[in-house]
Parts: sequence; C-alpha cells; structure tokens
Amino acid sequence: MPDVLKRIVAGNEIAVSRLIKDIDDGNPEATEILQQLYPYTGNAFVIGVTGSPGVGKSTIVNQMIKYLRKKQKSVGVLAVDPTSSFSGGAVLGDRVRMQKHATDNGVYIRSMATRGCIGGLTQSISGAIDILDAMGKDFIILETVGVGQDEVEVARCAHITIVVVIPGMGDGIQTIKAGILEIGDIFLINKAEREGVEKAFCDLKMMIDLDQRRIKMVNGTIPIIKMEAIHGKGVNELMASIENHQNFTKNCNMDARIKLRKERVQYKLTELVKKRIVDYIFKQLTESNEFDKAINSVMEGKIDLYSACDKLAFPILNQFK
Amino acid sequence: MARKIRILIAKPGLDGHDRGAQLLARSLRDAGMEVIYTGLHQVPEQIVKTAIQEGVDVIGLSILSGNHMNIFQAVATLIEERNVKDIIIIGGGIIPPEDVIAIKERGWAQELFAPGTDIEEIINWIKDKTQIVGRP
Repeated sequence: MPDVLKRIVAGNEIAVSRLIKDIDDGNPEATEILQQLYPYTGNAFVIGVTGSPGVGKSTIVNQMIKYLRKKQKSVGVLAVDPTSSFSGGAVLGDRVRMQKHATDNGVYIRSMATRGCIGGLTQSISGAIDILDAMGKDFIILETVGVGQDEVEVARCAHITIVVVIPGMGDGIQTIKAGILEIGDIFLINKAEREGVEKAFCDLKMMIDLDQRRIKMVNGTIPIIKMEAIHGKGVNELMASIENHQNFTKNCNMDARIKLRKERVQYKLTELVKKRIVDYIFKQLTESNEFDKAINSVMEGKIDLYSACDKLAFPILNQFK
Repeated sequence: MARKIRILIAKPGLDGHDRGAQLLARSLRDAGMEVIYTGLHQVPEQIVKTAIQEGVDVIGLSILSGNHMNIFQAVATLIEERNVKDIIIIGGGIIPPEDVIAIKERGWAQELFAPGTDIEEIINWIKDKTQIVGRP
C-alpha cells in the first residue's frame, strides 16, 4: 500500500489535507489515489445540511459536532461557500461558528469553494467525502452554499438531507420550489424564538403532506423540528431523528438500499465520465484557436451564437458518426 | 489544473479589532484567492491545526494587541513541530519596527506589512511567493 494511502487511513491530517487539495485542484494523479482509497470507504454516515443564507446552518452544524463528540463519534465537516464569478476567489467563513472544535483531534473541518460548480456543492465533493470516510470519520457533515431553491446536489451525496428554514420568510416558504422541498428528510425551523414560527410550521407541514410519494419512501414521517440552534434547543430532537433515519435505512429492505446506492453510483459515474470526455474535447477546441475565432465572429456580427455553436460542434460530432 | 491560493487570516489573542483583517480578506478574494477567516480570539493551536486542515499556502496573523512576539513565536514553533514548514507566515497590525526585524530574523514570519501598506503590494507579494497565478 503506497505511503500516502497508509497515512490517510491512519488519520494523518496533513496527508488528508494534501489529497483534498489535489482533488479540488483537479490534479490527475489524485484521482489514481482516490481509486485506491475506495475499498476503505463506505463506513461514514453522511449528513447534508442545506438552506438559504443566514438561516443558521453553520451554527446548527456546530451543535451537531458537539453532540456527536459527546457520544465519542469522530466527525468530518465539509463547509461549502460560493466562489465569486467575477474574481474566482472566495471568503470561506463557515468555520467561524465551529472554531471551538478546532483543536479537537476527533474533528476535521475543511472549507471549500464552489469554483463555478452549480447545485450547492463542489466538483470535488465526492472525492473529499471518500477521503474523510477512508480517514475513519464516523460522521461526515456537508454544509451547502445556501442559495436556497436549487440545492439538490446534496441529496445525492448524503445519506440524509436536512433542510433549514427560518420564520418570517413570509412568502418565502410558500415559494420554496419543488426541488428543495423534495429532498428534505428532516426540516428544521431555526430561530424558532422569532415571530411567525407557527405559520412556518403549518406552511411546511401542508406542503410536505402533499408529497405522498416521498412520505411512503421515508417510512411515513418527515419530521419538522423547531430549533434555536444558538441556544442548543432542539438539537437532541434533531439528532434523535437522524438516528431514527440511520436505523431505518439500515433495516430497510435490501432491494431498496441497493437501488439507492445504485442511483448514487450511477450519478457519480455519469458526472465523472461526462467531465472527462467534455474536458478533453473542449480542450482541443480551445487549443486550436477555433473557439476564439468564433467569439470574434459573433462579436463582429458575422454569425449568430447558435450557428457559431453548430460550426464548432459539427466537426467534432461527425467524428463519432 | 486550476490551482488556487488558499490563505488563512487569523486574529489571535484578545484583540478585537478585525476591520483590517476583514478588509484584507475581501481584497484577497477579489484577487482570486480562497480566504479562510477564522474569526476572533484564536489560540496558536487552533490557528495551526486550522491551517493544516484547510491546506493553506499562507497564514496571515493580524495583531494589534501588542502581544505579537509571543504569538509569532508560538505559531512558528507549532509549524516547526507539526512539520509543515512549507506554509508561509505573514502578518500585520501594530508592530514596532524593531520587533518586525526581530520576528523576521528569527524566522517566525517571512514578511510583515505595516498599516497603510498598499493592498496590491500584499497581493503581489503573496502571488510571487506562492508562485500560483490563480486563474478565476
């Protein structure tokens, strides 16, 4: 077993950190190491936390870490923040709320930037999850960007997805579109001391009850929990719900579990293969100047965007016919 | 490969003046870097462990409390002990010129930037030392 593998499996934070960085940066050598890590994965329970900015995700994650550590469980956290589309940079500040755990050897926290990836997570997230898994973390918590309505990627990467809202979103809860409502296994109304908590609860309950298909899939209950994360209220209820769900998925009939795992593998594999192929083909285009020429032609009004696309794409597609 | 510069901006000790640190964080973001901001009241152990977990290229310490000698020494010692000397340490704040010299001479930091330093200067220094262009 190569040295880096040994160190990761032994829990060496420097080795883990380097590999996550390489995956994040798209270093092809890193993928080879990931492949070798795969047999050591599959033990961690992955929890996704999503919701609009400002609802208190980081504070909730902090409380979850505290709870799990009291139970002697080790925790990995991947906290995702958005990359600025203008500068390509990012300020990653989720960690601020979790810094009390910064010297706990049982907790590994990594902040990641989306780097242009949409859907709330990063290109490298699956790899990073696998690394923390192989490192031996019992639980891995994913905190997504928090754009609000489109964050369904998290559901594909996590065993359980928690959707967080706050009271007083007004029409906000009503307008939570299908996507985010469909992926929640547990709903949290944080900052429950605020006005409007009962209305938020009723609104959520009504919308969730309408989705009978999901209710059947998750054993008949989708909990809605009121929380005051900053005071620790509601945390025990949340963690009990998570434990319930964990047990449910363990006892769930084999077929359903295999089906779920298959869907996850299918999704991951699709994304990986697509990226590999598209990156390769697109690289040839950009290296050959054709792409720049097309941009200039469109700018000069010589050709429209769609025709330009056809011109670029057809020769490549023809190679496969 | 889209390599990004990752930098940790830390406020050690009891110093609560974080305006400079926050301004710097935003400027570094605008220059294409990924900035991990840890917030206030960090102890050296937190700073170094965070730096390791986050895989940063640079640690920036912002100290206006006067305790800079102790803090730089503590952080540099931990960096040495954990064997991560490839992480560059820089800093700023209220540090008298003679202490700036002492800190650099002892290898506790590679560079210190006085208040009023042009942010562009800091950005270029970092890009140069980490030798990453950092494309958006």
